[in-house]
Amino acid sequence: MTPDDSFNRGIPAPFSSRFDFNDLIFEDRVHQSIYTDEAIFREEMRKIFGGVWVYLAHESQIPEKNDYVASKLGLRPIIVVRDLTGRIRALYNRCTHRGATVCRHTQGNAKSFACPYHGWSYFNSGKISGVPWPDGYADDFSDPKYNLAQVPRVQSYRGFIFGTLNPDMPPLEEYLGGVKAPLDDWLDRHPGGTLSFCDANRLKFNGNWKLLYDNSADGYHVIFSHRSLLAMENRFVEKGDEDKGMAYYKSSPDNAPFYVKVFENGHHYKDKRPAVDTSPGGLWSIEGPHPGMEHYEEMIREKLGDKAGAVLDLASSEPVNINIFPNLHILGNHVQVSQPISLTETDTTWWGTAVIDENDDLHGCVDAVNALRMRTQESFPNFGELDDLINFEQIQTGLAGVEDEWVYMHRGLGIPDRIKRDTDGYLIGPPTDEVFLRETMQVYKNLMMNDPNLIIERDIDAVFD
Amino acid sequence: MQHDPSRTSYYVGDDFYQSLVDSYSDWQTDDSEITDPELRDICRRLLEKEARLLEQNRLDDWLTLYVPECVYWVPATPHGGDPRTEIAVCFDDRRRVEDRIFRLKNEFAWSQQPQSRTARLVSNVSAFATGDDNILMVRSTFLTTEFQAGDKRTYTGWYGHKFEFQEGDWKIIVKQVNLIDCDQNLRNLSIIL
Ligand code: FES
Ligand SMILES: [Fe+2]
Repeated sequence: MTPDDSFNRGIPAPFSSRFDFNDLIFEDRVHQSIYTDEAIFREEMRKIFGGVWVYLAHESQIPEKNDYVASKLGLRPIIVVRDLTGRIRALYNRCTHRGATVCRHTQGNAKSFACPYHGWSYFNSGKISGVPWPDGYADDFSDPKYNLAQVPRVQSYRGFIFGTLNPDMPPLEEYLGGVKAPLDDWLDRHPGGTLSFCDANRLKFNGNWKLLYDNSADGYHVIFSHRSLLAMENRFVEKGDEDKGMAYYKSSPDNAPFYVKVFENGHHYKDKRPAVDTSPGGLWSIEGPHPGMEHYEEMIREKLGDKAGAVLDLASSEPVNINIFPNLHILGNHVQVSQPISLTETDTTWWGTAVIDENDDLHGCVDAVNALRMRTQESFPNFGELDDLINFEQIQTGLAGVEDEWVYMHRGLGIPDRIKRDTDGYLIGPPTDEVFLRETMQVYKNLMMNDPNLIIERDIDAVFD
Repeated sequence: MQHDPSRTSYYVGDDFYQSLVDSYSDWQTDDSEITDPELRDICRRLLEKEARLLEQNRLDDWLTLYVPECVYWVPATPHGGDPRTEIAVCFDDRRRVEDRIFRLKNEFAWSQQPQSRTARLVSNVSAFATGDDNILMVRSTFLTTEFQAGDKRTYTGWYGHKFEFQEGDWKIIVKQVNLIDCDQNLRNLSIIL
C-alpha cells in the first residue's frame, strides 16, 4: 500500500486468543466470556472494528470542502474529512511524530491540522506539510511514511460513510447486501431520498457493546422492558380507542403481521409496518403525545386538507429497526450509532434527522414537520431507551457470576415451520424470535476465528475500492 | 377556545418557540442585572424551594411552581440552540413533563428502580430585568449529585429560569438546564435536573 514496504506492512496481531470460539458459541447459547473477557474485547477491536465495514459518519455532517467531524474506528480516534478536493477521507487522529492527536475538536472546517506538541503540520489530505526547523532532520519529509495514516478504504452508501482496514472485505454495497433494501425504503420515504442530521440524544451504558446489538431486533423485550413507556403513552387512551406507540406488541405479537428478517453479515431488520395502518395519516394516528402536536397538526390540516395525512406521517416515527453490523441502527427516524469505549462501557448516540424539502413536496410545511419531528424523536431516548440501557448494565452485573456460563438465545429454535425463507433466501421469523441473534452470533464467531490482515494507507493518492 | 395544556399542546408553536429563543438570547447583561436584595431573595428562595422539592421527590408539588404553559428544556448544544431544528436532551411542555412524572412514579420504570437519591446545590444566583416588570430571567449555577445503582454521579452547569409574576406569586415559565457536558454521552439521565 505504501511505497516503502519496510513500513506499515500490516499490523501483527498483538493479542492471540486463548479461546476457541467453537467452545464459546453454539446454536442455542453463547458463553458469558464474550461479554466479560478483556482479551476477547481487544480482538474484537481489530477483527470486527477494523476487519469489517464500520460506520464512521454521515455526509450531512461534512457538507462543505474542508469540513471535518471526529469519529472512531473501534478505539482508534479518526478524523472524517472532506478534503480540499472534495474527497472524503478517514485520517488517523495521531501525529506521525510521537503520536499526539492533531485535532482536538469534535467538528469544524480546516484546510490543515497542526500538531500542538512539536508543531508538525498536515494538509487535510493527510499529507505532511511541514515540520518546525527542518534543518535538524537529515530527511526532507517527502517520503509518504511521514503523512498521517488513513483508513485505506472509505466508502459511502447514500450519505452513510463507512471505513475498513481490511483489503479483503468486499466493496461496501456488497457487504450491506440485502439490508440496502429497507435502508433505501427508509430514505425514499423522505423528499429527495435524503435527510440531514440535527444533533443527537447521547447516551451511554456500563456494559459491553454487543448487549446493544443483541437488543436491536429483539421484539421479545418490548412490553417488559418498556412497560412504563407503554403505560405512559396510553394514559389518556379511552377504552375502545386505538392504542398508541408500540402497543402492537401487546397480547401475542407472534401472531401479529410483522416479522424479523435476517440478512448476510450480521445485518437484520424488524419490519413493524405490517402491524400498523400505513395509509396516509395512519402513522401519525398512533403517535403518542408530543409537544406542539395539536398546534402543528391543526395548522397543517388547515393548510393542506387531504394531503395533510401524508405530511404528518413524516413527523411520525417509521416503525422499522434496520441494524447494520456492527455499529449502525436505523430506528424510527433516528440514526443510532454505537461506540465501544471499553469492555464494559458503550456510548450510543441517537442522531436526530430532519427532512430536507428542496422541491416543496411538503407544500410549505417542512419547518412545521421538522419542529414536530424534533419532539417525536426525543421521546424514545428519554422514556424508552433508558430502561433498556439499565437492563444491559444489569446483564453485565449478572454475568460477573462467571461459573454460570451460558447466555441463551434459542427462542424459536427447533419449532417446525416457525422460521421461513423469503424468495431471496433470507430468514424470516416472528417478531419475538431470537433467530436474528443466533445468526449474528455465527457471523461474529466466523469473524473472531479468522485473523484479518489490517492495513493503513499513507499514500494520499492511493485509491482502493 | 380554552385548551388544557395537560391534555393538549396548542401553545407550543412557532410564536412560542420564537419567544423562547429570543428570551434566551443576550439576556445576561450588566445593565439589566437586578440589585434589589429583596427581589434577588425572592428568586433565590424559589430556586431553593425547587431544589428541595426535587430532592424530596415531591414531583407534583414541584410542578405547582410552574405556570400551566411551561417548558422544561435541557439543550444538547452548549449555546442552547433552536429547538425547532435541533434535538434537545429534554424538551418537555406541560403534558410531557406530566408524562415524565407519570413514568417516574411507575414501578416499571427500570432506570429508576430503585429510585435515585439526589442532593442539589444551587448558587451564584443573578436575576435580570427583561423590560416587562412581571418577567425576570434568572441565572444560577447548580451541582446535583445522584446516587443510583450503587454509585454517585454528578450533573453540573447553569440554570436559566424565566419567572413570571402571576396572581400574586412568582412562577416558573421556563427552566433551561445547561449541562457543561450537554454534548457528551450521558449515563442514565432519568431524573429531573
Ligand atoms: S507529537 Fe506531534 S509534533 Fe511531536
Ligand atoms: Fe428496546
